Amino acid sequence: MASELSLSRQRQRAAFWFLAPMLAALFCVAAWPLIRTIWFSLTDTTLSDLYGGEWIGFDNYLSLRVLESGRWVWRGTLVDPAWWNAVWNTVRFAFVSVFFETILGLIVALVLNAEFKGRGFVRAAILIPWAIPTIVSAKMWAWMLNDQFGIINDILLGLGLIDQKIAWTASTDTAMTAVLIVDIWKTTPFMALLILAGLQMVPRDIYEAARLDGVNPVKVFFKITLPLIRPALAVAIIFRMLDALRIFDLVYVLTPNSAATKTMSVISRENMIDFDKFAYGAAQSTLLFAIIAVFVSLYIWLGKVDLSGEGQR
Amino acid sequence: MMMLTGRALRTAATAAMLAGLGAPVMADELFYVSGAVGNAVENFKELVKPWEEATGHTVTLVPMPASTTDQFGQYRLWLAAGAADIDLYQTDVIWAPQLADHFVDLTEVAKDLAPTHFPSIIESQTVNGKLVALPIFTDAPALYYRTDLLEKYGKTPPKTWAELAETAKFIQDAERAEGQADLWGFVWQGNAYEGLTCNALEWVKSFGGGQIVEPDGTISVNNENAAAALEMAKSWVGTISPDGVLAYQEEEARGVWQTGNAVFMRNWPYAYGLGNGDDSAVKGKFGVTTLPVGKEGDTSAATLGGWNVAVSKYSTKQDAAISLALYLAGPEAQKQRAINESNLPTIISLYDDPDIAAAQPIIPQWKDVFLNAVPRPSAPTLGKYNEVSAKFWSAVHNTLSGNGSAAENLELLELELSDIKGSGW
Amino acid sequence: MTARKLIGNIAFYALVLVIVVFAVFPFYYAIVTSFSTGTQLFQVNYWPTSFSWANYESVLGGRNFLRSVWNSVFIATLTVSFALFLAVTASYALARVRFRGRGLLLMMILAVSMFPQIAVLAGLFELVRFLGIFNTPYAMIMSYVIFTLPFTVWVLTTFMRDLPVEIEEAAIVDGATPWVIITKVFLPLLWPALVTTGLLAFIGAWNEFLFALTFTSSETTRTVPVAIGLLSGASQQEIPWGPIMAASVIVTVPLIILVLIFQRKIVAGLTAGGVKG
Repeated sequence: MASELSLSRQRQRAAFWFLAPMLAALFCVAAWPLIRTIWFSLTDTTLSDLYGGEWIGFDNYLSLRVLESGRWVWRGTLVDPAWWNAVWNTVRFAFVSVFFETILGLIVALVLNAEFKGRGFVRAAILIPWAIPTIVSAKMWAWMLNDQFGIINDILLGLGLIDQKIAWTASTDTAMTAVLIVDIWKTTPFMALLILAGLQMVPRDIYEAARLDGVNPVKVFFKITLPLIRPALAVAIIFRMLDALRIFDLVYVLTPNSAATKTMSVISRENMIDFDKFAYGAAQSTLLFAIIAVFVSLYIWLGKVDLSGEGQR
Repeated sequence: MMMLTGRALRTAATAAMLAGLGAPVMADELFYVSGAVGNAVENFKELVKPWEEATGHTVTLVPMPASTTDQFGQYRLWLAAGAADIDLYQTDVIWAPQLADHFVDLTEVAKDLAPTHFPSIIESQTVNGKLVALPIFTDAPALYYRTDLLEKYGKTPPKTWAELAETAKFIQDAERAEGQADLWGFVWQGNAYEGLTCNALEWVKSFGGGQIVEPDGTISVNNENAAAALEMAKSWVGTISPDGVLAYQEEEARGVWQTGNAVFMRNWPYAYGLGNGDDSAVKGKFGVTTLPVGKEGDTSAATLGGWNVAVSKYSTKQDAAISLALYLAGPEAQKQRAINESNLPTIISLYDDPDIAAAQPIIPQWKDVFLNAVPRPSAPTLGKYNEVSAKFWSAVHNTLSGNGSAAENLELLELELSDIKGSGW
Repeated sequence: MTARKLIGNIAFYALVLVIVVFAVFPFYYAIVTSFSTGTQLFQVNYWPTSFSWANYESVLGGRNFLRSVWNSVFIATLTVSFALFLAVTASYALARVRFRGRGLLLMMILAVSMFPQIAVLAGLFELVRFLGIFNTPYAMIMSYVIFTLPFTVWVLTTFMRDLPVEIEEAAIVDGATPWVIITKVFLPLLWPALVTTGLLAFIGAWNEFLFALTFTSSETTRTVPVAIGLLSGASQQEIPWGPIMAASVIVTVPLIILVLIFQRKIVAGLTAGGVKG
């Protein structure tokens, strides 16, 4: 009994030393920079003078100023229309892209789950968009979506779907669509693979039984398949959602400076680096962090994710 | 915390040692960062060769993307990081007030050279009495027109914007009737970026609508003339200019122009040399003139562009860097740039230089364009220029894409600008 | 019945065809573009009309592109080795040892993997400056730990949990220390998982853009995505579509080959982690 206890103590001590380097590393690159960012957001630090900032409380978030004329104005990110525009863009982007990625991913996954010749080839093909660096896909699509020389307009014109070349990335009406198209193209494969993994856990004999009973395949899907893969689907959707909320590089390369697509990450980088408002940008990135933190807690709470892994035993 | 600091110090020490090993002992190797690259890389090597031979130092060009907005963010970042890897920066004419703190004062070393340049340009690079950068070439856009098409329809290069729209429409309709389905009347830069600020400033200024923020710091942009100018530009989109013009930067406009698909184009001098290249469909078929005006009697306005060279305060080889800056801004280098790359010199006497006139007959003509140049409001708005410009181009882009009328957007812009201004620029 | 089945089959294969075309076409078109030059670029070609290696020559011969490729390989390799080294020991502790706060710790690690990069950018920039590693590969190697480490820990923990208890118990009976258990007993069993997570982390590090853009200043330290993002044309306002496409093809082909070779393992890894690589 005594030796067993000491064995478990020994293992716990070893566990501590095994975990320590990882925790130290994460502290250095994640926790500490985050704390600094939050700190910066409460000061008037500028990029040129990182240590010269003075504490100004929550002025970067919200403050009330009295103008010389005696007029009172609210200042700060929380009343900045550009910020709310970015929030709206980001949220809209996240919901629409994840919606389409889920639907298309489901279709692709169902196709891949069927037995047919060349399945391996198709699975390999759909992995291509996922493997291409985001920056490269943004450039490739920027070229294809070019209004005068782009192939997309050429195809659409040829099919008679449009009667005039569309300026995809330029026009405020279509810029978001362009970003969505590229993102959906790039991430649907990922979604499909996650769903496929869920599908493959559904026992084959269920389908067999349903088929023998002559149940309509559509009904089979909604009554049997969908409920069974719901957990896998939920996890995939939430992960994609969190990823979509912090989108940066695609927008930065595909539609730089367009107010119609500017997301939270893009606008805070712009303030931090392009404009002389480092601390203001830090405040915006802190807000983005807070929003994502809320989503993560929701996910953990709603999904009741089994974090300790003890339930598996 | 102790561990953290210990590791930090060790890493810093290692980095310092590595840096020490890499540094050459005798001749300095300088790094010059610039947005102009490609052919310009080859040209740059040629350009600095005499200087390298004379001093024994070497220069390496670090290329950057074309977009001035992107370049600026990166440069600001590197300077804030105190990066010693870059010794000289090629800076846009509008950056001087925003980056002044990071550059070496060149007043003393350039006291003989500076007076030979256009005083207005030297002035634009002087911040609080400190000469931040030396001009290497200037830039001012012009109106490119197709001589063959104008001749065919018996038209002359337009003097006013209204005339331009009319001529463009006429030729576009007539040519399309003959089967040129892809022909457009006028291409320019309508993407939401610094270039749109330049384009729109030209319309507004040539309509008598001021220059957004006046030199004394007052915000003048919300006025009827400015609104009229923007409404006029909006009327072009989808009629004489493709809808896509709202995504065009210089290169997209040149793409349409150079494939022979536009009657008029607003662009910088670089397009002149390229338009006469061997694979150009418009080779020898075009001319340039000053940009049109709002109505008879107004003066044409061309946004003052141009590039300068600045020496980083963090450079460890400042003497060599200053020597290179002086060379690049000097007559020898400017003349070579003018001849090889059709860059406009900033040294006044070079406009009368026979060699330049022979090689690039366009350059003496461009003096007229340049004399009408308007500066962007970077001097009065100081460190906030980028934000001001971003607000301005957003307001213009909104107007052009039909998001609110010009008057509404300008009113909003005025409010936003006064918010940015606060109690003073 | 057979007619209906035939129609069904045709419809099914049509759908498959649409999926494949949609997935592959952009990359195919990039290849076509990368072989065209000059004014040809500004015409839409569905099929390769000419084969010119000029763009590839200009990318590979020009300036520092190969250097960027080397930087990316170096940074991604070192990042992955570092992350895997820390993750193997950490995930052993998380998967096999019961201790208080384990759930909380895992939750925190999961949360870190969802950090928006921009939220740590300001703090990391300060840290990089302080350490004097601005514009060196170490700035990237350090900052990439933020997304590679949580991911590798999470996935390896999942894998390790599924290893049979009996093996470990036998080793403990033989008096093996935890370190011996990891290196001698688990590591050989974990190879497939290590390859998978390593590859996914490698792709993540290879593709990263924001940190690499922020922490490099000279051309010789740029990584591939930054080099492509900043690839500029022959004149100030020119966008070199040909060379950009050539560069894109060059950096993507090795990734695609890797992915095709390891596709089964990647699917397993992605599903285990539920994290985007």
